[in-house]
Amino acid sequence: MTAVWVTVAAVGLATMAIKAAGTLLVGDRTLPPRAQGALEHLAPALLAALVVSQALGGSGGGFAVDARLAGLAAAAVALVFRAPLLLVVTVAAATAALVRALA
Amino acid sequence: MRHPTRPSGGPGYLDGVRAAAPIGVAAFAFGVSFGVLARSAGMGRLAPVVMSLTTFAGSAQFAAASILAAGGGAAAAVATAVLLNLRYGPMGLSAASTLEGPWWRRALTAQLVVDESWAIAQRDGRIDRHLLVGAGLLLVVGWVGGTAVGVLAGDLVADPASLGLDAAFPALFLALLVGQIKGRSRLLAAIGGALIALALMPVAGPGVPIIAASLACLVGARRS
Repeated sequence: MTAVWVTVAAVGLATMAIKAAGTLLVGDRTLPPRAQGALEHLAPALLAALVVSQALGGSGGGFAVDARLAGLAAAAVALVFRAPLLLVVTVAAATAALVRALA
Repeated sequence: MRHPTRPSGGPGYLDGVRAAAPIGVAAFAFGVSFGVLARSAGMGRLAPVVMSLTTFAGSAQFAAASILAAGGGAAAAVATAVLLNLRYGPMGLSAASTLEGPWWRRALTAQLVVDESWAIAQRDGRIDRHLLVGAGLLLVVGWVGGTAVGVLAGDLVADPASLGLDAAFPALFLALLVGQIKGRSRLLAAIGGALIALALMPVAGPGVPIIAASLACLVGARRS
């Protein structure tokens, strides 16, 4: 039980510190234009990496190809037809559930 | 669209709540499955709920609970979880300029940054504080509430994967990514981020591919 609480406390404190570090370091100072330019490109860079890792990541690292990929493909089709976010997410989940049910 | 908290224009807190609602359902379901996993990993009832409230980051919590369940020890669990959460460093930095108030309030608001709330709050290359807070609060309620349901009554709930809910997350990020790609430099950042993640996933430990992918944002440094 001790190992559990040590883990919970250490991970919690470290995560809170990581999340707060940016605003505590920068405060209300304005960042230099080059840094601001880089940060404005963080969203596309990280979102693309999140798509890849959430769709293809295995539970113990590496790749795992499964029904998530079918769900992502269905979401891409829905996006081509300019579906709203709720529909895109629902189509992805329903497709992955269907593939799993049939497999 | 109405903006209840900011009649002067721009999104309000409720717009963030509304935008996060679809993914909030998936966050709740995965909160339940985290509760079930943590319980079976011998974490008891209280510790998983405390962890969801204080760490509030799904992948790190799943990783820590799995390592504890496999007898990997606290040090390995902490190291892996912290590595997975390092991406909140750059994410928190990108949100820094929009947070307001004394240091403790900014530090507290920054705790609402998770992948989903941060992605939803993107507006024109910056973070919208109202969207971040609205989306973050909904997600924290879903995640912590789901964890509590999981540790108390996990056996009653279906496996989120059988409902396809694990496919909801990449779909959300793809949909938000499409809205982000305006202009050549952002497209380059997206391609760079995806390629870095793909290249490192087979060889690097969990968390490292995403942290390394954030370096692709540097294409924006020389263009402004």
